Amino acid sequence: MAKYEYSFYPGCSSQKGASSSNYLTSVETMCDELDIQLNHIPDWNCCSASIGYAGGGELPRLTLSARNIALSEEHNPGQEIVATCAACWLATREASERLGEDDELMAEANTALAEAGLKLKNDTPIKHMAEVLVEEVGYDEIASKVKKPLEGIKIAGYVGCQTNRPFGIHGESYENPKYLDKLVETLGADSIPDYEKKVQCCGGALAFSEPDKSQEMIKGILEAAYDNGADMVVTPCPVCQMNVEVYQDQINAKYGTKFKMPVVYYSTLMSVAFGRSGKDAALDGQIIKAKKLEDIAG
Amino acid sequence: MADQKIGAYICKGCGLEDRLDMQQIEMTATRDGKAAVAHQHDMLCSKEGVEMIRNSIESDEITHTVIIACSRRAKVEAFNFDDVAVARANLREGVIWLRPDSDENRETTQEMADDYVRMACAEAKAMHQPSPSGEQDLNKHLLVVGGGVSGMTVALEAAAAGYPVSIVEKSGALGGHVAGLYKRTPQHAAPAGMTNGRNVDLPGAEDTGIEEMIKRVEENADITVHLNSTIAKTSGAPGRFSVDIATESGSTTTENFGAIVQASGFKPYDANQLPEFGYDKSADVVTNMELEALAKAANGGPIKRPSDGKEVTSVAFVQCAGQRSDKEGHLPYCSGFCCTTSIKQALYFKEQNPDCDTTVLYSDLRTPGAAGEDFYRRGQQNEVIFTKGDVSEVATNGDLTVKFKDIILDEDTELVADLVVLATGQVPNSGPDPYAVPLSADDEEAAGDDGTAPEPEENTVTVSVESILNLDYRQGTDLPHLKHGFTDSHFICFPYETRRTGIYAAGPVRRPMDIKQAVDDATGAAMKAIQEVHNAAAGRAAHPRSGDLSFPSFRKEGCTQCKRCTVECPFGAIDEDEEGYPQYNESRCRRCGTCMGACPVRVISFENYSVETVNQQIKNCDIPDEFDEKPRILALACENDAYPALDQAAMSGEELTPWARVIPVRCLGSVNLSWVTDAMNSGYDGVVLMGCQKGDDYQCHFVRGSAMAAERMSKVGDTLSTLNLEPERVVIHEVAITDIKRAPQLINDMAKVVEEIGMSPFKF
Amino acid sequence: MSTNTAMIEKYRNSFLREVEANVEEGDWVKMCMQCGVCSGSCPLGKDWAHPPQEIFMMIRAGKREEVLTSDSMWMCTSCYNCIVRCPRELPITHIMHGLAHYAKRLGLAPKNQPTMKFAQLFWDNLAKKGRVNELKLGISLYFMNGFGEGIKTSLKMKDIGLGMLKAKRMSVAEAFGGHSVKDLTGFQKMLKKAQELEDTRLSQHG
Repeated sequence: MAKYEYSFYPGCSSQKGASSSNYLTSVETMCDELDIQLNHIPDWNCCSASIGYAGGGELPRLTLSARNIALSEEHNPGQEIVATCAACWLATREASERLGEDDELMAEANTALAEAGLKLKNDTPIKHMAEVLVEEVGYDEIASKVKKPLEGIKIAGYVGCQTNRPFGIHGESYENPKYLDKLVETLGADSIPDYEKKVQCCGGALAFSEPDKSQEMIKGILEAAYDNGADMVVTPCPVCQMNVEVYQDQINAKYGTKFKMPVVYYSTLMSVAFGRSGKDAALDGQIIKAKKLEDIAG
Repeated sequence: MADQKIGAYICKGCGLEDRLDMQQIEMTATRDGKAAVAHQHDMLCSKEGVEMIRNSIESDEITHTVIIACSRRAKVEAFNFDDVAVARANLREGVIWLRPDSDENRETTQEMADDYVRMACAEAKAMHQPSPSGEQDLNKHLLVVGGGVSGMTVALEAAAAGYPVSIVEKSGALGGHVAGLYKRTPQHAAPAGMTNGRNVDLPGAEDTGIEEMIKRVEENADITVHLNSTIAKTSGAPGRFSVDIATESGSTTTENFGAIVQASGFKPYDANQLPEFGYDKSADVVTNMELEALAKAANGGPIKRPSDGKEVTSVAFVQCAGQRSDKEGHLPYCSGFCCTTSIKQALYFKEQNPDCDTTVLYSDLRTPGAAGEDFYRRGQQNEVIFTKGDVSEVATNGDLTVKFKDIILDEDTELVADLVVLATGQVPNSGPDPYAVPLSADDEEAAGDDGTAPEPEENTVTVSVESILNLDYRQGTDLPHLKHGFTDSHFICFPYETRRTGIYAAGPVRRPMDIKQAVDDATGAAMKAIQEVHNAAAGRAAHPRSGDLSFPSFRKEGCTQCKRCTVECPFGAIDEDEEGYPQYNESRCRRCGTCMGACPVRVISFENYSVETVNQQIKNCDIPDEFDEKPRILALACENDAYPALDQAAMSGEELTPWARVIPVRCLGSVNLSWVTDAMNSGYDGVVLMGCQKGDDYQCHFVRGSAMAAERMSKVGDTLSTLNLEPERVVIHEVAITDIKRAPQLINDMAKVVEEIGMSPFKF
Repeated sequence: MSTNTAMIEKYRNSFLREVEANVEEGDWVKMCMQCGVCSGSCPLGKDWAHPPQEIFMMIRAGKREEVLTSDSMWMCTSCYNCIVRCPRELPITHIMHGLAHYAKRLGLAPKNQPTMKFAQLFWDNLAKKGRVNELKLGISLYFMNGFGEGIKTSLKMKDIGLGMLKAKRMSVAEAFGGHSVKDLTGFQKMLKKAQELEDTRLSQHG
């Protein structure tokens, strides 16, 4: 039996051929090393993230998450739900709390769920993978698994928005969370504790609909990373990762900058530090290659 | 004096022994200081050390002790000997903690310490053990002027503590303004842990409880109520006030009191001064006080508008009406109660009829008190609309139209309402200010000798010129004001102490406030009044020299009847007899020594603090001759802020020039110019005076002391030029207790000045 | 609405009450104390014609038309900065989403608002299969302003697309079927029911 076991909600973007499929690959490698067993919620659906609101009203959106929790409670009973995507975590936990405090909504959600033959008990804690790492596994255990310390790499810990607000990691501040920096240090790399854009918004879904406004913010995130001498940026959020990585060419064209900053997941760093191959760490999923990690992974 | 015998007790603890030559210290005390006995102890403040001193006082028949150890502010309990005069030589904070520990500094550090030993011995020699005058006995009877919530609270609290009270109320009933209210704002916040929700149970308006309070007062055997009565005359002093209580019918009774609380409250601002809001044009524009009458009449039913009796379905509240404004006739201050009052009144409408549109137009919503924010949220929960808006006009043609600028939406707009409520403020109900025209002895001559208070200045806030206390004092009939007609008190440290000892101001006469604050205020004033009757009986001072038994006396033969002391006393403590000699009232005196500093012929002194005690210290400091290149700088530091700041500086490792010799003074007001001239004459190279902040936002613990000192020192330049000395040699600074780095720096700066302009030529 | 009615509706509770009854978390609007921390905390604050503080005041001032036709709420990036900083703990993000949804529902939201269109595409996309089909979402996004615009946007985005394809983070297979929940019938019935329940509840509020 694995040391840790969770009911896993991977989310749409982690699917094969989707934008953060590399995240899932590295998470699986990381969990393998840390003896964390992830039991996928069978037949999970999209949570509608925080952009579904134009089409979906409050109840339909809550019902989406209610279905996932109900499925988890039915198929993975007694297991805490863990999500790797910030938006998945946020929407699911928010739905759980909202339904928990409003009996009328809860009753309506269950009426809707009954149409799919499901029932929500709503007594399952919902966690982000970062919470599992920091609060359950702990830095010491992570450090004990490090085989190839990421020495000489300076990494800007970009926490972003939805992993940090409104729930965040227990004991961390909204304005200056430190867990990502501690994780970077634990893996043997150099952190940038005063990275001023640590919790700056990247535009989220508005990167699609309002590209200019979003890219202006992304530019700031990258600029600050360069100003602090970062070799790469690490993030716990698929939207952050994608937004900060893929628009660099467009930003360069617009602002005359020369950004070429790799943006990786914490799970990528951990997979490499734990001595796994570049493929296991999904380094091939980088659009801007993380050369220094490739060198270590070999 | 033949029977004078000095005992010097030297502490070796806290590093003193490591830094100083203790044998040398002892020799200085016996040889220069003329101590009859000198004893050293490893830790003088310990039980054994104190016992050693006690034994020595008894067996050696010591009359004057010199404690050579730490600051006079440290170990006060340990070195408290009632039967002998005590002087302190401050070698710990004053010397070793302010000087670097190195070989090259050893000599100057030792010199500093030896000087302080000489100075303390000299001071001791000039001191006497103070004893109270016995001018008054214990009189536990308190007088309360005003029968509103503040006054009744004082009475109930004092009576409960066993002090009989007489209330004098001008009107025909107890209760004051609160008796006219429908409800009061809540007194307690929501229970701890209440969430920040939009439908949580928050505190609401409460019954005023005024009937019940009046009943309790009336039923209390220890409380006597004089209705329709005023104070015709107040004379005497704490512990022995004699008060003439006059009734409307003209009869007068005289009673004696130990202390007085003035709770004369406020008068509502006159809204006729606000023509822009249509108060004089429409009956449907009312003040907050008038709305209470409408609500009382409605008694929980729909509130009707005055003009035609129509049920009010929309109401607008204009906050800060005639307040927080520099316009003529407006109150420049915030009255503090009006925002919560408007919330309360908006809820009168909302809780009766949720569909009544209520809009509160505010510029800054201020909700003081623990319940304030919760009450605001209750208003919001009930859909009272709060709008940050600047109201320019209430138009009264037909409907009432409130024209305002919405500050958040940045637009000029207007709304229509059935009723407009003006949130008007409180005007203090105080007597005429004795100092409305600044007093000085010179002006007095011109103004005439009758000592009556002049009329207050024109164009200040409208204040009753009718006296409330009719004090038979040299310095006017009533409590001095701070500004806007509110009574003066040391707002940081002793808010209840007015400038007339034993007379306490409570409630809105002291500053604008709401019921809850007035009750707290009155409770505090009751406590201070109770303390004062005991202090007066024992001859002890009130704040800030609480417990001090010394009080001033004067040498009649030398007095020139110049009246400086009687005019400059910040507390009106000194009267004049028929010949113009000062008459001290021990229990009115706060022992600051401002009279002593004022006296041009130096005839005023305290037993343990006099022109001589300080002069002896100044003179007994060794002044090296000019060629030693060791200047001497005298610092006269106020014991309330500047001296503690220097102690703090010592504790935090700041450095002080080795040339400084610091003498604590009770207040800069007590500094007699002769100290400065004598110091310069004896060869000091510079003098630094350090007192508290003066002015409207003064921090002087004796209110006017530092201001008087500044005024007197403005003339010191002339004295210096007659001595052919540079004016830079004497400076005066305002120092706060928090000026830990700055306090020593100011003295160090003088050392630099001396370095630049050279040593004093007056060294012998 | 005539000027006179507009005048009468000013600083009345009517629109506030409409918002309370119909907008997600709308009953919090009255609790705003106008400190402005939300507006100052918003990463796109400068792009809002009316930042959240102002929206709350406008609701209370009865500016129904101006609020519901505003594109301000559509500027919300869901960063939750306002929520965690609001001293009154108003769920500002949700209120903004709720207002946007309500405005769209009433047909008052500004036409061609890009985030509104994208948000609707996202919803339609997920509602169809239960999971988001990123490729289809992307393509429909590029073409949401018409075919000509779409080609231009596609060309502009082609490098990004190629990069994603190379990194196997985009799949052409998605264009044909793609990911889906297995119990699609149950899923769709559930969503339909939820929609019905909500419609009924809102119509009862009137």
